[in-house]
Amino acid sequence: MNLSLEGVGLVHANGHQALRWIDLHVEAGERVALIGASGAGKTTLLRVLAAALRPSGGRLRMEGGDPWAASPAVLRQLRARIGLVHQAPPIPPRQRVVTAVLAGRLGQWPLWKSLASLVLPADAEGARRELARLDLADKLFERCDRLSGGQLQRVALARVLYQQPDLLLADEPVSAMDPALSELTVALLNEEASRRRVTLVASLHAVDLALRHFPRVVGVKDSGVLFDLPASQVTEGQLRELYAAEGGLPIAGAPASAIVDLSPLRCS
Amino acid sequence: MKPGVTFGGLAAIVLVLAAVAGSFAYLDMPLGALFTGAAVGEAVAFVQRFFPPDLSADFLAKVGGAALETLAISLVSTLLAAVAGALLAMPAAGRQGRAVRRVARFVLNLLRSVPELVWATLMVLAAGLGPFAGTLALALHTTGVLGRLFAEALENAPPTPAEALAGSGTPAVAAFLYGTLPLVAPQWLAYSLYRWEMNIRMAAILGFVGAGGLGGLLYYSLSLFHEAEASTVILAMLAMAIAVDGASAWLRRKA
Amino acid sequence: MSASVRDPAALPRLGWTLVALVLLWPLLRLTDFRPAALFDDGNLNAMGHFVGGFLPMETSPDFLALLGKATIETLAMATAGVAVAFVLAVPLGLAMTRSLSVSRLGPGRGGWIGQLLRALVRAVLAVLRGVPELVWALLFVRVFGLGAAAGVLALGITYGGMLGKVYGEILESTDDQPTRALLEAGSGRLAAFCYGLLPNAGQELVSYTVYRWECAVRASVVMGFVGAGGLGQLMDQSMKMLNGGEAATILATFLALVVAADAISELLRRRLA
Ligand SMILES: Nc1ncnc2c1ncn2[C@@H]1O[C@H](COP(=O)(O)OP(=O)(O)O)[C@@H](O)[C@H]1O
Ligand SMILES: [Mg+2]
Repeated sequence: MNLSLEGVGLVHANGHQALRWIDLHVEAGERVALIGASGAGKTTLLRVLAAALRPSGGRLRMEGGDPWAASPAVLRQLRARIGLVHQAPPIPPRQRVVTAVLAGRLGQWPLWKSLASLVLPADAEGARRELARLDLADKLFERCDRLSGGQLQRVALARVLYQQPDLLLADEPVSAMDPALSELTVALLNEEASRRRVTLVASLHAVDLALRHFPRVVGVKDSGVLFDLPASQVTEGQLRELYAAEGGLPIAGAPASAIVDLSPLRCS
Repeated sequence: MKPGVTFGGLAAIVLVLAAVAGSFAYLDMPLGALFTGAAVGEAVAFVQRFFPPDLSADFLAKVGGAALETLAISLVSTLLAAVAGALLAMPAAGRQGRAVRRVARFVLNLLRSVPELVWATLMVLAAGLGPFAGTLALALHTTGVLGRLFAEALENAPPTPAEALAGSGTPAVAAFLYGTLPLVAPQWLAYSLYRWEMNIRMAAILGFVGAGGLGGLLYYSLSLFHEAEASTVILAMLAMAIAVDGASAWLRRKA
Repeated sequence: MSASVRDPAALPRLGWTLVALVLLWPLLRLTDFRPAALFDDGNLNAMGHFVGGFLPMETSPDFLALLGKATIETLAMATAGVAVAFVLAVPLGLAMTRSLSVSRLGPGRGGWIGQLLRALVRAVLAVLRGVPELVWALLFVRVFGLGAAAGVLALGITYGGMLGKVYGEILESTDDQPTRALLEAGSGRLAAFCYGLLPNAGQELVSYTVYRWECAVRASVVMGFVGAGGLGQLMDQSMKMLNGGEAATILATFLALVVAADAISELLRRRLA
């Protein structure tokens, strides 16, 4: 799925301007990382891309059409093809993992199937397969409130993987995981996107993860786009400017096994 | 930190005392007459007629049947009320707009404000004498109570899980079942159990107006001046109340 | 591998569903569950006729005067009933409270007489509140004759049992350090209660009593169905004569009364707390 934002602005209900004149074009199958300081507008931008927040100015186009001009039924069908991994996993605590993962396809299932699946999981094998990719297969029938923060975040990821969307959006999907697991998980997202040729846009708190795994990196600062470059062309100066207010670059840290290539930070 | 006694508090206390004195004066209770020798003798004779309770196998079987009927009325009515209350709670929680919310709240208040026994007299008219009328009556009143409690739980539940599902194209019904229901289900269940406890007590007296259960048997025995039978029925009610009390206290301690 | 995806909850769920279904059938039989009865010609006629008569509501001065009297009687019954309940509940509630027991001072486990007394009080309270107020009313009407006196006593007894139990529970859960200190210093139980327990538990005690008054108003409304006076008596007569207009006016009064009791109770709780 390709998308384009032209001069998009967004004002939250309380009057706060969270996005200002954003121009962004993403081709089908592209993989883009969003980086930027906390409060820069990454989450808001992802929610606009997910057709969950309606821009207050400018134009959003997905596959050439404006989702907000479409009928409610068409908008719903479009949303069923968009998978958003939320920053805080939006999963009811007492729900079982299997149910939480299967909920990814509720937009595609007929109502009777959704109902029946509440009693007897309609596709426990499918849910187990996605969980296995995240090394969580043994938690299939566990209750979500018995999981750690990182495990819950992986359940939310498994839900979106199970949804098999054409547009994969992820909002700080590894914020509660340790460095090694973050590395594996971000790699998995990229592998999934390349294999199924779907578009991936992910915001990441850790710069090194973004630079290492994504071909294209967009720096968001003060509600606008500071830079939009191939990962190899991002300069250290640009990064310093991006995080100027935070004092220091956020880095996930090197997993013991992987050699962290920080060359992109130093080059050019 | 707490002021001693405020003027408003003092006024309230005086008002309450005045209301109590006024009530006794208005009702003109023959309190003095209660304690004359003749009245006491009469009362003692009346109480004596209740002993010993009728424990013949025949009658015990009858009481057992009526107790079972009471239990059934309370269970089925609570079940019906939980379903109807859940259906009314959604509009009452403001999910279909403010106008609909008003209407739903009004309906719930109406159902709740009419006492069970009044509903029972109406239902006896609508469905004929018998336990079915009692079941409907309890269900109507309980729907009002549970609907309001359910709606409050819904309004307090975090909306994000259901919103996230709706954001990935999930239809409203499925988003509710997967995103909201798991959040409120424990509370809804606790409220329903609590109401069931109250409905067991209530089902025992609906029989006074012909709506089935132990109450009918009691009313009938007393009308025929069979006090020994009446005393068995009262003992059965007492046993049920104490059993329910104990069971719920035990459940609460476990939960 | 397929073993790992077999839902461990599936079998219990199936079992419980079956049990529920198997139990539901006799329950529905016992309650004589037949919705068709609602649409039975005779019932539909009777109900239709009755409800059809709701409008216009009865508003003749004679009837309204009667209604006004019954309303005041209902409120008076509830108030007097709760007053009787309060008088009954206070000594019983206090007797149940362990922190006021002098024999528990010092190292021992407390005297067995105290424990026996508390168990006895607990049993008495259970019997008082275990019999519904309407049953007490039905019995008292036979002793004292028709009228509100039976209703007041009935409310007093059942609500006395409820208040006593809850008073005891509230006092039990209140911090007992101040009370112990007072008792150990040799002060009397009443003084220990007034200065040790009441300041901490007072608000909750008042709040619960007022809440019970609100319930008493609802209960008084139906006392008349067994002949114990108030609005219920009027309702009973109107229903027996199938007079829809009167019934509608009485129902409206019920609603107003319940709503008013809610509001007064809310106000009192704020003022007295
Ligand atoms: N729902 C909302 N209502 C009002 N303001 C919001 C809302 N969500 C985010 N904001 C504000 O918008 C700005 C951008 O937030 P966000 O997009 O969450 O940033 P990021 O994800 O980059 O940390 C912040 O200042 C935040 O306080
Ligand atoms: Mg964010």
